[in-house]
Amino acid sequence: MSILVDSNSKIICQGITGKQGTFHANQCIQYGAKIVGGVTPGKGKQEHLGVPVFDTVREAKGETDADVSVIFVPAPYAAEAIVAAVDAKIELIVCITEGIPVQDMINVKSKIKNSNSKLIGPNCPGIITPEQTKIGIMPAFIHQQGSIGIISRSGTLTYEAVYQTSKNGLGQSTCVGIGGDPIKGLNFIDCLELFESDDQTQGIVLVGEIGGSDEEKAAEFIKRNITKPVVAYIAGISAPSGKRMGHAGAIVSGQEGTAEGKYEAFRKAGVTTVESPALIGETMRTLMA
Amino acid sequence: MNLHEYQSKELFSDAGIPILQGMVADSPEQARKAAKQLQGDQWVVKAQVHAGGRGKAGGVKLANSLDDVELIASKMLGSRLTTKQTDQMGLPINLVYIESGTQIKLEFYLSLVIDRTKESWTFIVSSEGGVDIEMVAEKTPEKIIKYTVDPIIGIDSNQLNLMAEKLNLDVNLKEQFITIIKKIFVLARDTDASQVEINPLIVDQNHTFVALDAKIVVEDNSLFRQSELALLKDSSQENDIELRASEHGLSYVSLSGDIACMVNGAGLAMATMDLIKIHGGEPANFLDVGGDATTARVTAAFELILENQNVRAILVNIFGGIVRCDVIAEGIIDAVKTTDSSVPIVVRLEGTNVQSGKAKLMESGLDIISADNLSDAAEKVVKSAANYKESS
Repeated sequence: MSILVDSNSKIICQGITGKQGTFHANQCIQYGAKIVGGVTPGKGKQEHLGVPVFDTVREAKGETDADVSVIFVPAPYAAEAIVAAVDAKIELIVCITEGIPVQDMINVKSKIKNSNSKLIGPNCPGIITPEQTKIGIMPAFIHQQGSIGIISRSGTLTYEAVYQTSKNGLGQSTCVGIGGDPIKGLNFIDCLELFESDDQTQGIVLVGEIGGSDEEKAAEFIKRNITKPVVAYIAGISAPSGKRMGHAGAIVSGQEGTAEGKYEAFRKAGVTTVESPALIGETMRTLMA
Repeated sequence: MNLHEYQSKELFSDAGIPILQGMVADSPEQARKAAKQLQGDQWVVKAQVHAGGRGKAGGVKLANSLDDVELIASKMLGSRLTTKQTDQMGLPINLVYIESGTQIKLEFYLSLVIDRTKESWTFIVSSEGGVDIEMVAEKTPEKIIKYTVDPIIGIDSNQLNLMAEKLNLDVNLKEQFITIIKKIFVLARDTDASQVEINPLIVDQNHTFVALDAKIVVEDNSLFRQSELALLKDSSQENDIELRASEHGLSYVSLSGDIACMVNGAGLAMATMDLIKIHGGEPANFLDVGGDATTARVTAAFELILENQNVRAILVNIFGGIVRCDVIAEGIIDAVKTTDSSVPIVVRLEGTNVQSGKAKLMESGLDIISADNLSDAAEKVVKSAANYKESS
């Protein structure tokens, strides 16, 4: 088992003919992901990377019966692309695009809430179930099939957590990069819930960062609902207040969103935390022993 | 992107939100001229800087004569204003805003923000205006009224009535208040603002609401479609290195320590700063070279890092995914050769093409310290910085 995606997931790629879309869709195919089609308005009836290209998501869904869409559409058009996927009743939408106006995301989010679609991202590396499917931009070779579920707001920091769990012989069930934007699709809680009921997942690594209060909510949720061991790391204990640290969502405003506050919430909830990002894998291994 | 008060007020005026008459000036003479043109016998001279807390810091002054206006403006212009929202250096005052005086009968706080928790717009209103709203929220939270807009329904008149009632507004003021709220909502959506703040929103001697201050923050991701607002950017209010970094596609934040870092990815960059701190060092900056770092970008990053005279050691931490370690290694070698610096460099490479990356660094013959993992890298860079301090 795994969560959200596996080797049966049928995927279309919105923006497949672009530079990013072409490169990464090809990498996903190489990994074994079942990419069954692509969407680029105005480029329908062509073939690209060996799969058919359609003008609309609706058409692509109709012809391929895809259940997942991965989006590499540039920021100005990405919100529209997500909405098109929701309208076409795609079950899982993975949006890699960085830089979508937050106002657009307010509209997208209210649309998602009133649908049966799930959204991962935007501004995220995507999702991977090792040795089954890869839907995103993460480097495949660091992953290893195994027992740890990983949820993270960051890209390269996720790779670090993955690498460490691989090196410690644990491997991963599924890794979800939920993205660094302030308004996004699936959150820590949604993924925690899925990992809790997944048989393959024996432990969970949660990688948070400064900004917002999603980690605090996750801590509370873990306390009440999660029986599997969790290791939490929060990036940004040394970050100054009021400065945006790369990600649109990584900013401490006043007293809100500090790493200290988030660590405190996890400790109160009895969750194992690491202050050094170098200790994520080791600590998980100790907990699993 | 922050707008100045005078820029925000121009947008307010266009949107029909009441403001006082005012004019912007860049010299004492112009300030005097502006005051004369505005007429009256009392004016307020306001420093135009991208920071709150101006009043307490001496950036907002009352003038009772034209001479006064000129004198205050001459003292402000060309100086720097340090408020509790700036760093110790403060921000340069290149413009002042001259506004007619008024009488204040009531003071309120009003803002509209994009609320990440509610995933929508939230209005924040308080009868405690003109003061630090975070203090009000902390000490007397009952005085803060919030209303989150449903993104599908839009503004709900019943909610606005409720807010007005809680503020104890009479019928006349209530009507004005509701009109202002509606106009602010339209303005925020039209300008892609992540925040519109009026502090204070006053009621004057004519029983009329007036926005005495105005602050608009335009969300950075929207600037591609807010091209007119993008032109209002005042670079003098930004950190020079941070500004130039962004021109190279680098995300840089200046910090006060002496260990510089260069990392790919924002999360890993923060984690690297944390590691330095845990190992007893102090980071000099946050620097994300991005997921698609090129040799040129790495060189630019090095040059920027070394402009900071406090830097005693550099930690390069790369987790190669899309970006290949050998490309990064070439960038480092190029940069070290062109910048000709003696500052010690610790490099930790992991991921795609790590072996050939490490080999390239070795073969270069340059004095680069290689680290095997995150902890090793942090230890080595903290030690190198301490040694460099002693020797220099």
